Amino acid sequence: MIAHLAKRLGILAASLAVASMVIFVVVEIAPGDPASYMLGMNAQPDTVAALRAELGLDQPKLQRYLSWVAGMATGEFGTSYTYRAPVAQMVAERLQVSLPLALMALLLAMAIALPAGILAAARRGRAADAGVIAATQIGIAVPNFWFAMLLVLLFALKLRWLPAGGFAGWDDPLAGLKSLALPAIALALPQAAILARIMRSALIETLGEDYIRTARAKGLTRAQALRKHGLRNALIPVLTIMGLQFSFLLAGAIIIEQVFYLPGLGRLIFQAITQRDLIVVESVVMLLVFAVILVTFLTDIAYAAVDPRLRRR
Amino acid sequence: MSASFDFKYHGGAQSAGAEPPLLGIENLFLHIHGRQILHDVSLNIAPGEILAITGESGSGKSLTALATMGLLPDGALTEGHIRLGGKDLLSTPERALCTVRGRKIGMVFQEPMTALNPLARIGDQVAETILTHRAASRAEARLIAAQTLARVGLDPDRIPPSRYPHELSGGQRQRVVIAMAIALKPRLLIADEPTTALDVTTQAQILRLLKTLVCEDGMGLMMITHDLAVVSDLADRIAVMQNGRIIESGPARALFSEMRHPYTRALLSASGHRPTLPAPRPAPPLLKVENALRSYPGRRPSLLAPKAQHQAVRDVSLTLHEGERLGVVGESGCGKSTLARAILGLEPLQGGSIALGGRPVDTPDQRRRIQVVFQDPFGSFNPRHKVGRLVAEPFHLVPDAPKGRSLEEAVAEALTEVGLTPDDAHRHIHAFSGGQRQRIAIARALITRPDIVIFDEAVSALDVRVRARILDLIAELSRRHGLGYLFISHDLSVVRGITDRVLVMREGRIVEEGPTNAVFDNPQHWYTKSLTAAVPILPQPSGGGETDAGHPVP
Repeated sequence: MIAHLAKRLGILAASLAVASMVIFVVVEIAPGDPASYMLGMNAQPDTVAALRAELGLDQPKLQRYLSWVAGMATGEFGTSYTYRAPVAQMVAERLQVSLPLALMALLLAMAIALPAGILAAARRGRAADAGVIAATQIGIAVPNFWFAMLLVLLFALKLRWLPAGGFAGWDDPLAGLKSLALPAIALALPQAAILARIMRSALIETLGEDYIRTARAKGLTRAQALRKHGLRNALIPVLTIMGLQFSFLLAGAIIIEQVFYLPGLGRLIFQAITQRDLIVVESVVMLLVFAVILVTFLTDIAYAAVDPRLRRR
Repeated sequence: MSASFDFKYHGGAQSAGAEPPLLGIENLFLHIHGRQILHDVSLNIAPGEILAITGESGSGKSLTALATMGLLPDGALTEGHIRLGGKDLLSTPERALCTVRGRKIGMVFQEPMTALNPLARIGDQVAETILTHRAASRAEARLIAAQTLARVGLDPDRIPPSRYPHELSGGQRQRVVIAMAIALKPRLLIADEPTTALDVTTQAQILRLLKTLVCEDGMGLMMITHDLAVVSDLADRIAVMQNGRIIESGPARALFSEMRHPYTRALLSASGHRPTLPAPRPAPPLLKVENALRSYPGRRPSLLAPKAQHQAVRDVSLTLHEGERLGVVGESGCGKSTLARAILGLEPLQGGSIALGGRPVDTPDQRRRIQVVFQDPFGSFNPRHKVGRLVAEPFHLVPDAPKGRSLEEAVAEALTEVGLTPDDAHRHIHAFSGGQRQRIAIARALITRPDIVIFDEAVSALDVRVRARILDLIAELSRRHGLGYLFISHDLSVVRGITDRVLVMREGRIVEEGPTNAVFDNPQHWYTKSLTAAVPILPQPSGGGETDAGHPVP
């Protein structure tokens, strides 16, 4: 187990190093001068020169890379050119929205998908299965912003249970949760549809395994065999998908953030790109890469917890 | 014979020696999705009795067992009666059947590698049988599980109940499956090909274990196997099945000495079939393997230690002469298939050399001269291609390969040679049976006119009668073309009939070699002795009575 952990940590560190190099090269070294790009075509030469000095672009490339990495490691992400504010602070504010939103959406997706997938697999080929398949088909096909608008129409405008948009902050936790409720549902539904399908097919495959027949020969009922031997074995592919989904939910919520007017990470990147604020783009992308790699790492650890065969390597 | 046993039934409704047999199947019919699978099957098993059901694949023997367990696939319709201690299982609702399975009937399956849940400890999996039936408290169940594991021969000091299945060998896993089946001392044990996936020495141990358990607990045993030698070793009574019917049944010795049904006779003669090989002639050496070494990097013993080297083939030297028929025997994992792959040029060597006609096997033309037939007739063909294309595949090794008309002729000739017709070239592989597929594999191997063919367990997956015909075909090819081959198998009796000389491999080394009959009749190495001693012996159809099957000895 220790060796497994050490190996995974090594992979984590190596992935981070490679990712940081790629991002740095793409943003800073690739053709074109970042300073003149950020200021646009009509910028005065002396303004560009001033920005170059401010960004440290006149220093050697290796030194710039190392100081950028060192800054990231110590939480010093630089200063946004557009907002004249520390990037670390901006990101922290946005994470207050995006992290809870992603977590709520994932939990909700699991709460819907896992029971639905299990039900469909257990009743394979019967009405319940057909119902789940049809529902997931709709969940995958319909875009989530349209779901979002329907949710707003019903719960905000008609029933007036929840706010239609904006973020109330965490001073009043209930108000904060309420303002994230509809976006979380809108984000969760398509993910739940995907996850339910994965759960269903993984469980159906597991139920065909010889050890399920062995369990039945011991006297377990169909349901007991599914619960005690099927579920844990089926969990492995489901964990993989959940890891991918969490990474996506963290940064991919941009349309939903737009619909609900939420100050999340997705909108921060979007604005930074349109305003050519490369310092923000670079830092936030690195942060997201870190989140994805971290989630992958945690998924790997979860695998080993589920499957004793993986603990040895 | 039942009176001599000490019965330890759990919750048995019937007392021992009562009129109804332990298990009585009467006029059982089975349809699955409208197709008739079993036809009027009737059989009885008394307490302490071993009934073997034998027959070829598709004869319905496994489904008879699954019907008894109430574990038939969806879409199955049954008629008739299956009575356990007088109670009809076919009319018992599923809920009540769950209290029968595991408690009154235990079952052991064919494939020990996949029969256990990979995520649960073996002790817990055995204890589950007890806990499912609420037969004991959690602590007691754990204790009984540990005792049962010890009873089936898993020494708690070496294989504690806290092990996971992947840490065990196939034979050890099968012992765990048996422990799960007998933990509650059921009245009936069903074993469906319990040793088919195991090596011959492991098979002998598992069969002895089953026999001992039946003796000690007075269980009835329904033993399903295609192997007549295993049957005659073990069974008190035998039922022979063909196409969903029992065509002959009776006490083991009587059945083998009388052999009333022609099908039973055909099975027995095919089981012991020895093809007629032309006499070996002295010939110059063709293939020379010298001090071959193949090792794989294994696991690191600890975090920073260098990786362990697993040596699959260690210092192996052999010579195959022109037209010679050389056998390689040994248990799974002994390196025989790795050796074959190295000779084919599919595995790099870490030491030593392999030369064909004095040159290494690295050019297309050299590789053309060695072809191979693998075990699995179902997995070794691309299902999307027609047979003609599959058979012509090795032609990519030939510089001026025939095209168009002459290619068709070559394929037709190869197919005819192996007993198929030229028209078969236009069909897809799924239209053929296992035996026909193995013929196609042989046609594919022959089409480039190789000097050597490697048969890697080429007949191991086939039914006995099909196997006998394929062996005849191989012998015929040897006679007609002077074909030399390397015949790799774990089945000593097959190797004995089809080779002139044999190598015995163990843990990557050759431990004994010599003329086949001499090695098997008078083995010198202890390992060869243990192999030959473990082989179950076929009964002689005419003599009769020399098997001691009627009196199981613990």
